[in-house]
Amino acid sequence: MNILSLLFYILSAMAVGSAIMMLLSKNPVKSILWLIVVFFAISGHYILLNAQFLAVVNIIVYAGAIMVLFLFVVMLMNLNSTVEPVKNFRMQLIGIISGGALFLIILSSLMKGEGKAQLVQMRVGDAGLIKNLGNVLFTNYVLPFEIASILFLSAMIGAVVIGKKA
Amino acid sequence: MLLTIDLGFFIEKLVLIVIVVSIALVVAMYTTYGERKVAAILQDRRGPNRAGPFGLLQPLADGMKLFFKEEIIPNFSSKVLFILGPSLAMITAIMTSAVIPWADKIELFGRTISLQVADVNIGILYVFAVVSMGVYGIMIGGWASNNKYSLMGAVRAASQIISYELAMGISLIALLMVTGTLSLKDMVVQQQETMWNIVYQPLGFLIFLICAFAECNRTPFDLPEAESELVAGYHTEYSSMKLGFYLFAEYINMFISSVVMSTLFFGGYDIPFVNDAAVADSWGNWLALAQSACLMIKVLCFIFLFMWVRWTIPRFRYDQLMRLGWQVLIPLALFNMLATGAAILFFDK
Repeated sequence: MNILSLLFYILSAMAVGSAIMMLLSKNPVKSILWLIVVFFAISGHYILLNAQFLAVVNIIVYAGAIMVLFLFVVMLMNLNSTVEPVKNFRMQLIGIISGGALFLIILSSLMKGEGKAQLVQMRVGDAGLIKNLGNVLFTNYVLPFEIASILFLSAMIGAVVIGKKA
Repeated sequence: MLLTIDLGFFIEKLVLIVIVVSIALVVAMYTTYGERKVAAILQDRRGPNRAGPFGLLQPLADGMKLFFKEEIIPNFSSKVLFILGPSLAMITAIMTSAVIPWADKIELFGRTISLQVADVNIGILYVFAVVSMGVYGIMIGGWASNNKYSLMGAVRAASQIISYELAMGISLIALLMVTGTLSLKDMVVQQQETMWNIVYQPLGFLIFLICAFAECNRTPFDLPEAESELVAGYHTEYSSMKLGFYLFAEYINMFISSVVMSTLFFGGYDIPFVNDAAVADSWGNWLALAQSACLMIKVLCFIFLFMWVRWTIPRFRYDQLMRLGWQVLIPLALFNMLATGAAILFFDK
C-alpha cells in the first residue's frame, strides 16, 4: 500500500462518512456543514487524479458559493427539527421506490462494465490541468460550452424577472 | 516501509510553514499596534505609549488580557459550532499563505530551497477558494450565537462577501488574460522581466483593491460588525480569546491580502531598479533576504493604506454597499475584461 492508496481510502471514508452524517443530522445547518465536508473530500479525489483545476473550482463554486447561499436561506428561515413537516407514508414509499430503482441501474451498469473499463490511474495524465482543459473546452467542445453559458444567462435573467415581480 | 517520503524535503517544508505562519502572526500582532498608532496620529492623539518603549509591548498586553478574560458560551447555542466559528476564521486566514512566493530561493546545507510552501499551477485560484471559505467562520459563529444581532451580522457578511467576490473574480480574469498563468511564482518572474502588472491593469487593480477591502470586512465595508446598528455584529456573544481569534483573523486577512495585491500587481518580491538575475551570483543568499524585505515594504504600504482609509472614510449604508458592488464594480470589471481582451487582440501580444 503506497501513500496514494492510503490517501484514497482516507478521502473515501471521509466522503461516505460525512454524507451519512449529512442525512442523519436533525439540524439542517449541520447537514449543510457535513455536505461541505463531502465536497472537500471529493476535491481531494480530484487532486489525486491530477485534476487540480477541477478540485479548486469545485471548492470555489460548490463549497464557497452555493453552500453559502444554502446556509443563508436555512439560517434566515431558522429551520429546526421541531417545525420539520412530517412526511406522509406515500412520499416515503415513492422515495424508497425511486431510490431502489437508481441503485438497481448503478448496480447493473457496474456489473456490465466489469473488466471492460480501465482502472483509474492516479497522479498521471494532464487532462485535468487548466491549460489542456481550456484548450479542449474552446476547440472541440466550444458549441456545448456556449450553449451551457447561454443557459446560465437565461437562468440569471429569469431570476431577476421573478425577483422584480415579487 | 509503508510511506516513502523524502525526509529532507518534508523537514524543509515544515520549517518553512512554521516560519511563514509565525511571521504572519507577528505581523498581524504588530498591525494591531500600528492601527492604534495610525488612528492616534490621524486624530491628533498619542496612542498606546505605556507598555514598553513607545508602547511596543502593547500587543502582548492586549493578548494577555484576552487570555485572562472570562470565557462565556451562551446556554442556548450549539457549543461545537460556537467554537468552530472562530477556529475556522483563523484557519482559513492562515491557510492562504501557502502559495505565496516570499522570495526566489536560498542555498542552505547544500540544498536549494524555494521560499514558497507550494508552487501549484493554480496558485491564485487556491487563494480565491480559501478566501471564499473564510465566510463560514463568520456565518457559523453568528448563527451558533443564537442572537438576532449576531445572525444579522452573519447574513450581512455572507451577502457582502459573495457580492464582492464576483467583481474581484472578473477583475482577476482580466489580469490572467495578460499574464497567461495562474501560478503566483510565474507571475512574479514575468513582472521581473517586463513591467509590473499595475501598468497593464490600472482599472483592474482599483477594482481588486476595493473588493479586498470588502472581503476583509474593513471600513468602509465593515457592515457585519457595525456597532451603531448591530451592537458588535457577528461576534456580539463572543468573549475572551475566541473574540480575539475573530479580531486577529481580520488582521491576518489584511496582511495576506496586502501580500496578494503586491504579488499580483506590484511585482511581488521584485526589487525595483535592480536586475535580480544579474546580481544573483555576487549577492548569494542576501538576494533572497533583500527580496523578502522588498515584499515586506510593499506590504506595509498596503497595510498603511488599509488603516488610512479606515480612519478617514465613514461606513457605507447597506443599500449603498450593495449598489456599489452590483451596479458599479461588476459592470466596470466586465468592461475592463472586454477592454483587456480587445487590447490583447489589437496589439497581438
